[in-house]
Amino acid sequence: MTRPQRERVILAKRRGARVIRTRVEVQEQTQVGDALVRGLVRAQLGLALRLAAVVVCAVAAIPLLMGMFPEIAEVHVLGIRLNWLILAVLVYPVLYGVGRLYVRLAEQGEKDFVRVVDGEP
Amino acid sequence: MTGAPLTAAALLAAALATIGIGVYGIRLSRTTSDFLVASRSIGPQWNAAAISGEYLSAASFLGVAGLIAKYGADALWYPVGFTAGYLALLLFVAAPLRRSGAYTVPDFAEFRLGSPRLRKIAMLVVVVICVFYLVPQYQGAGLALKTLLGLPVWVGPLAVGAIVIVNVVGGGMRSITFVQAFQYWLKLTAIAVPALALAVLFVRDGANLDAPLPPTVLQQTTVTVETDVVVQVAEPAGIRITGDVDGQRVADTPFASPGRYTLGRGSTLTLAAGAATPVVAGAPSTGSDWIASGRGLGGSHPLYQVLSIIVATFLGTMGLPHVLVRFYTNPDGRAARRTALAVIALLSLFYLFPTLLGVFARQFVPQLLITGTSDAAVLLLPSAAISGGVGAVLAALVAAGAIAAFLATSSGLLVSIAGALSTDVLRGRVRDFRVAALIGGLVPIPLALLASSLELSRSVGLAFAVAASTLCPLLVLGIWWRGLTSVGAASGLAVGGVSSGVATTLAITGGIDDRLLGGWPAAIVGYPAAITVPLAFLTMVVVSRVTASSRPPDVASVFARMHVPEGLGMGVERLPRS
Repeated sequence: MTRPQRERVILAKRRGARVIRTRVEVQEQTQVGDALVRGLVRAQLGLALRLAAVVVCAVAAIPLLMGMFPEIAEVHVLGIRLNWLILAVLVYPVLYGVGRLYVRLAEQGEKDFVRVVDGEP
Repeated sequence: MTGAPLTAAALLAAALATIGIGVYGIRLSRTTSDFLVASRSIGPQWNAAAISGEYLSAASFLGVAGLIAKYGADALWYPVGFTAGYLALLLFVAAPLRRSGAYTVPDFAEFRLGSPRLRKIAMLVVVVICVFYLVPQYQGAGLALKTLLGLPVWVGPLAVGAIVIVNVVGGGMRSITFVQAFQYWLKLTAIAVPALALAVLFVRDGANLDAPLPPTVLQQTTVTVETDVVVQVAEPAGIRITGDVDGQRVADTPFASPGRYTLGRGSTLTLAAGAATPVVAGAPSTGSDWIASGRGLGGSHPLYQVLSIIVATFLGTMGLPHVLVRFYTNPDGRAARRTALAVIALLSLFYLFPTLLGVFARQFVPQLLITGTSDAAVLLLPSAAISGGVGAVLAALVAAGAIAAFLATSSGLLVSIAGALSTDVLRGRVRDFRVAALIGGLVPIPLALLASSLELSRSVGLAFAVAASTLCPLLVLGIWWRGLTSVGAASGLAVGGVSSGVATTLAITGGIDDRLLGGWPAAIVGYPAAITVPLAFLTMVVVSRVTASSRPPDVASVFARMHVPEGLGMGVERLPRS
């Protein structure tokens, strides 16, 4: 029962013979390495929370505004009532757009992290 | 019923294609890793189609349109939430979860917090969520076969159960991936073609959906009541009833005046062409009520209902084991993100069509509103609105899509149950996976026949509420908060799981009287997420703070593994011990 978990280790991409010190620091959890990881986690969480806040505010505003001012929902655009147009059509591109923005920014953040770790300019 | 043989043929073809593609995949499945995570080799495009194919269940294919037809604008929140859930999953879970290298959710719990006991609790939660989710799929199958072919209700659950057990026992994850990707495109075709055909009719004929009257039937219609039902009659002209009204036998008499009536089982209503449809009590009766937001989905406290649906669906997706397990099949964290993004696009495209069909159902088959069995709307619409051969072909297409929906979701759920049971209760061999799949596929069949059926989307919404109150806080706090302890996580799972599980059980076995204490108990039991999700998060945080001394010592390296991108030599893939 106490046998250790079987694990498959994936090797790092080869980077020539030169071993870069920062990379080892991240792998071996030195203080410098840990600080780098904490910075990465904080940046990625901050990004996710900011985008989530935008979506939540926008989405929560819909039922609240329509509850308070029912006349908004009765506006017709292109023959469709505004409440239906927003909920059945317009929300979806917004969700996709926010997701796309997140993927771009999160990958950018990771690239920056790798650049710092590998000490490239 | 000239369409029946055609429909039966379409059902058979969809089922055979599912088995056939599954068999093709079986030849590729050899190792345990193939069975559990398809050897982590599925690229974003296949994976996104497979996730969408698996995710679009009976609730999306039949339920969404039915709810929209019945309750109107506020039901639109279900498809929005079902899609937005993937945005939450993308933002908070996708990449770190994949990088953790875990192969099931319980495995993630053990990886993060190092506690075998927590792993067992998480395993239990996974099985409970999957069973809650499987029951409405089986019920949907029963409803579909009854509506389409007039078969007894028990045939559907049995048939779907048998097919998915065979498929999952045969090929595990590797073969399921092909099946599910195929099923997304089948479902999209099966719902888009009828929706577009009906849209042409709808625009040509014109309609007045926000009228101050209920919808009217287009030709003379007879409806038989199968269980006792309370209806609101807004306009009695043109309606005659034979049977049992408010406990009195009547024969071919009209309703005396507008009002509420209880119709007994076996009563038949005859509506003359152009008569205004009676509507089941609780649903908006007039067009102007139906089209307005803020009327809720029956019962009191509509704003609470909507907020609770938002919480459950936005956060529930990231706690669904059968969805999460697909993210483990991505080759790396970047691919996991791209997969989630592609899923948002595929779902956005799909949900346009059930929404349209829901609107059309009110125009073309308003008689469904009398008995409230609006889940059948999508199945009945094509043949009701378009006569002759075209209608029959469209009806057969919809039937094929519906069977694909039950099969895809049920297979995915069964893989998750089998994965969790076989590695955590049994010994993790391929044979154990098969035994677990057999058990997991059989158990929900009697439950599906016993449970009273809510609307499909609502029962699935309750499974989302359980997921949002259990695995969602475990994953979100586990991935982003170093302070989580195994005791805190276990307490949160217990509190969230028990509170949402009890509410769900009460709701699907009959619910609570709406008149009790101003309707709040009924609203909370029917839509528990807005209460139970914050409760679960709070419990995890508070108990973790109290037991801060028991934080796992290796949390720094665990965090590095989850968040550091691949290529830096941090990645470790976990495999079941054997």
